[in-house]
Amino acid sequence: MDDKIVTKGLNAYFGDVHAVKGIDIRIPKNAITAIIGPSGCGKSTLIRCMNRMHEVVRGARVTGEVLLDGKNIYSSQTDPVLVRTKVGMVFQKPNPFPTMSIYDNVVAGLRLNGEKDWKRLDATVERSLKLAALWDEVKHQLDASGVSISGGQQQRLCIARALAVQPEALLLDEPCSALDPIATAKIEDLLFDLKDKYTIIIVTHNMQQAARVADFTAFMYMGELIEFGATKKIFESPDKELTEKYITGRFG
Amino acid sequence: MNTYEYRKLKNTLASGLALACVILALIPLIYILAGVVAKGAPALSWEFLTSRTAGTGESGEGIGNAIVGTLLLVLYASLIGLPVGILTGIYVSEYGNNRFGTTVRFFNDVLANFPSIVVGLLAYALVVAYLNVGFSLIAGAVALSIIMIPIVANTTEEALRMVPNSLREGALALGVPRWRTVLKVMLVSGRAGIVTGALLAIARIAGETAPLLLTAFYSSYWSLSPTEPIASLPLTIFRNYNSPSEVLLQQAWGAALVLIMIVLTLNIGVRLFTRQKTRKSKVVRKKWTTRLSRRD
Repeated sequence: MDDKIVTKGLNAYFGDVHAVKGIDIRIPKNAITAIIGPSGCGKSTLIRCMNRMHEVVRGARVTGEVLLDGKNIYSSQTDPVLVRTKVGMVFQKPNPFPTMSIYDNVVAGLRLNGEKDWKRLDATVERSLKLAALWDEVKHQLDASGVSISGGQQQRLCIARALAVQPEALLLDEPCSALDPIATAKIEDLLFDLKDKYTIIIVTHNMQQAARVADFTAFMYMGELIEFGATKKIFESPDKELTEKYITGRFG
Repeated sequence: MNTYEYRKLKNTLASGLALACVILALIPLIYILAGVVAKGAPALSWEFLTSRTAGTGESGEGIGNAIVGTLLLVLYASLIGLPVGILTGIYVSEYGNNRFGTTVRFFNDVLANFPSIVVGLLAYALVVAYLNVGFSLIAGAVALSIIMIPIVANTTEEALRMVPNSLREGALALGVPRWRTVLKVMLVSGRAGIVTGALLAIARIAGETAPLLLTAFYSSYWSLSPTEPIASLPLTIFRNYNSPSEVLLQQAWGAALVLIMIVLTLNIGVRLFTRQKTRKSKVVRKKWTTRLSRRD
């Protein structure tokens, strides 16, 4: 299987805090990879390094390499803006733009970058909302504010917004932690449908969620990658004792 | 008395005290407003609002040129002060996370608390004397814009800081370049605060007197020229009030009433504007939905 994203000796810092410590991981293409681990273990920071969002934070630094289709996204020739169009991101808390309608939210990435062709925008809105399994719920209220819908719908709107710029990979940073079980189930179904076309990386606190949706699972602890492998293997017969302790709920 | 009753008593006393202070603070405001209306209203007439002010030794008819002068001063000052102030606020909020930004922020605060007469002196030295323009509309506008800049910069910075960081990250993560994110997400989300700051700064400079003494000076003639001295409402009040003529004294009150009305209108405008913005954000754009849903 091809690797979509490969990190080599990746370190990430916030000022003096060393949040991600020398991680080497190979994320397979068109599959769902879950990253689990206790709070503060650096899992969010790790995925934020994969679309150059880590450096947006004041005082944040990255060393090492992240290869997207074999090309280092941290080389001096790489435009971080271009990387972010290829690797989309959905955040922990739904963050639709409150000043924009549902329609405008979906095509925000296109319109903010100057796309003006309404036919293309209309088509993108419909396609992205259908992909995000939200179309039927909002098709009659596309002019309503992006924050007028429920939290679960807002999160799917954010997924639609990320899909609208046609990324190749999608990073999800605990996308369901603010949602109820029904909304969570909808998003998990959605991820399942999306994995044929997209490489998906999901950070989650919820081990059941990782077990349900992910093909591969990575376990992180204190900024280090402890174990990475097929989800079944990680959950049923992990190699490391630490992984087993975490999976069985003995710490974390 | 049990503890609950004791607490209730303390509560009543404390809220009573707070209310008394509110009333105390309102008394001067109401007194000033009532006094200005009572003494100024009789002076108001169409002729008063449209004729020019009295020159030396004349008995004078109106304040028309002073109203035009104040509006022009505010307009020119805003043309300089608003762009500089807003851009400074954007810089400090979005790009100022470094020592230079901190320095700018510090001097901005210093400038905001500068005595306005000193700002007037600066504008005098720079425009009137050094550039040799003389007492003029443009010198007055420069002085007023210097007063305006820190106010606008501070409110812009504040408005942008109020915009949740998640929106900035959301836009950046979509592959929107930083400058577009600032322009189309941050500024749009913070626009209510920015407009409020701009209007408050305008209201503030409309009433400035001291710096105009040293810059725009005074004129009893109609003038639109940027390089000529020009009349203004605050200076008309100042000048007429010092005159022995009863008519001119009355006109000072009339001018005060007009000035207060301009400032109040701006303040009320700010309130209406911000209220409308928060209510409007529910429904955004109609045309697209109708086009889309018709297709089903």
